[in-house]
Amino acid sequence: MVTIALAGVPNAGKTTLFNALTGDRQPVGNWPGATVARLEGVWRRDASVRILDLPGVCSLSPYTPEEAITRRVLTGERPDAILNLVDGASLERSLYLTTQLLELGLPMVVAVNRLDLLEKRGQALDLDLFSARLGCPAVAISAARGTGVHQAAELAAQAARTGTPPKPFPLFSHRVEQALSDIGVLAHDYLPQTGRRWYLVKLFEGDPPVQKALGVGLALRQRMDLVVSACEEAVHDDREELIAAGRYAFAGQLARRCLTRGRESPSLTARMDKLLLHPLLSLPLFLGTVLGMFWLAVHWVGGWTDQWMAAFFQRACLLLSYALGKLDCAPWLASLLLDGVAAGVGTVLTFLPQLAVLFLCLTFLEGCGYLARGAYLLDKAARRFGLSGKSVVPYILACGCGVPGVLACRTIHRESCRRLTVITATFLPCGAKLPVIALMAGALFPGAWWAAPLAYLAGIAAILLTGTLLGGTRWFPQGDTPFLLELPPYRLPNLRDLVQGTVRRLGEFLKKAGSLLLLASVAVWFAAGFGWSGGSFHYLAGEDPSRSLLAALGTWLAPLFRPLGWGEWQPVVAALMGELAKESIVGTLAVLCPQGLPLCLLDPAGGLSFLLFNLLCAPCLAALSAIRQELDSLRHFLLAVLWQTGLAWFTGLTVYQAGTLLIRISGG
Amino acid sequence: MTLEQAKVGQTFTVLHVRGEGALRRRLLDLGILPGTAIEITGAAPLGDPIELTLRGYTLTLRRADGALVEVTPGQRRDRLW
Repeated sequence: MVTIALAGVPNAGKTTLFNALTGDRQPVGNWPGATVARLEGVWRRDASVRILDLPGVCSLSPYTPEEAITRRVLTGERPDAILNLVDGASLERSLYLTTQLLELGLPMVVAVNRLDLLEKRGQALDLDLFSARLGCPAVAISAARGTGVHQAAELAAQAARTGTPPKPFPLFSHRVEQALSDIGVLAHDYLPQTGRRWYLVKLFEGDPPVQKALGVGLALRQRMDLVVSACEEAVHDDREELIAAGRYAFAGQLARRCLTRGRESPSLTARMDKLLLHPLLSLPLFLGTVLGMFWLAVHWVGGWTDQWMAAFFQRACLLLSYALGKLDCAPWLASLLLDGVAAGVGTVLTFLPQLAVLFLCLTFLEGCGYLARGAYLLDKAARRFGLSGKSVVPYILACGCGVPGVLACRTIHRESCRRLTVITATFLPCGAKLPVIALMAGALFPGAWWAAPLAYLAGIAAILLTGTLLGGTRWFPQGDTPFLLELPPYRLPNLRDLVQGTVRRLGEFLKKAGSLLLLASVAVWFAAGFGWSGGSFHYLAGEDPSRSLLAALGTWLAPLFRPLGWGEWQPVVAALMGELAKESIVGTLAVLCPQGLPLCLLDPAGGLSFLLFNLLCAPCLAALSAIRQELDSLRHFLLAVLWQTGLAWFTGLTVYQAGTLLIRISGG
Repeated sequence: MTLEQAKVGQTFTVLHVRGEGALRRRLLDLGILPGTAIEITGAAPLGDPIELTLRGYTLTLRRADGALVEVTPGQRRDRLW
């Protein structure tokens, strides 16, 4: 068994390559930072080769948690070989990392991706010269089209088995190389045999984690510092700049030598950005695209598929009840299947077409490269609220599902911004909340086009309110956040990625419907159908449902929600079940109130308060566990949940009280 | 002058990268080094962040971070190794 690690700059196409090699379907995106954790798989062609996908890094001097993962794996776990994916469209920047990887003392193969973009510019790469200068094998591949990928893996597997690392070569000026060899003598006993050159350069730079890992003491550190200071004085530059300049000089020279000169014509990306990043038009275009996408899924598609799907399920239920009658099955079993499973799960499944469109739109947005531009366009506005432009990407992903949204926050460098985004990401209505919105909007304001946008606006308002109130406080201090973001070239996502991305998201939704939601529906049916009546605990066939177990629980909690206008046991239980999965709210109401929504929810003020409470309160269990993981502190997590639920409660209170007052004034 | 005051459409050569620690390191890692030619290709609608093209790729950064990068107008090829 050999392990090959995929390493490269952010957005080089590593995960696309990983999927092509392993046959896996990991999410890909055209924005830097799409992969935030390590992924493992086995090469399709040879099960004895393990493939490791690592988050993209600019350099091996890490700043963000996902970059730390890459450095730890490469220097600590030491895979058997590195497959370095180089972005052919920005060769120089990719090669800067390559020069560092070459020093690690691991067998290495370089795969140059996206040469088609170079060809469009009329450029060609001399691969033989390229490989000779780097001292390791190099192949041209297209990760998206799948060409050359297996050849690259074959070479990497070969390199891993023979185990010959590339020979490090001098990169820096004579004076720096002199200092490096002096440090090599001083720290001789501390330097490991493999990857010696990399550690040497890190000691020159004074990298504290490396000093610690090698166990370098204070006295030796001071002696090395004298050597480096002397070198700095001789060339009038500081240590970090000397190293970076040496690497970039080599990278630039190599790129110039191996690439033929191309035409100087503005690229498609530059032409598209003329419009999409236009000083006046860009913001309306971005907001219009995002809101239009949700409107398309929720209102337009939802409008005509809803009734069709509902009619379909109604017929299926009729058929089922007919069949059950014929089979003469026990009344409690028939009730379980019809009132429990079919009502609970079936109601939610009617939203499948809407979700498919929403997920398709999100996958397209992620794949085309526009998402990263949103971060750039909205950064200044976001900063006013204690957030960062980079919060935009997690927010938009959270509109599909809160879990990837929360995980995407790892690309935000500033701790306070990152935590604020984690806490607020689930305020936006995710796909699972769409059924709730549709149900309430359909009941309260039938045919109104503004119901869905209102839900998104409420989510945005909650984010901005949280940012205004909490940003800049002791827990979320403001300060200068470095914001450095590469804008990827636009790409038309290929059909396979679009289909796979949509199917993956839909699959997660269906999996939940088949497991958690099914269980919840059955539990609700059981707790609503059984109870104490006439002194014994039994199935309440046709008896007063308010005697059921569930009614007891709901009635006990109801006083909390009476000021919000929906203090009856059914909606309270529905909100509680929403903590398992938000779509469960709709399923629970369908099971508990087969005759239609309870009166308190049909009152516009009470219904709106119920909707807003459920949109804003603590998210479902899956998202909660993601938040817990990302906040990394139980105290912060509990405070976050308290904040979310408290904000939701006060919003519900305000809406109900103000709404009732308004109705009374206008009515009287 | 620094990149903080840079206007869209101008071309600069980097003279010096100020600051310390992680942010400076990051600027260096992204290829903003003395001698590097940088073109300001755009600015976000609210004037900040700005969009730069350097070494064949596009980078965006806040003006406040750009204050760390001392530049001189025009492209000077002499320090481009």
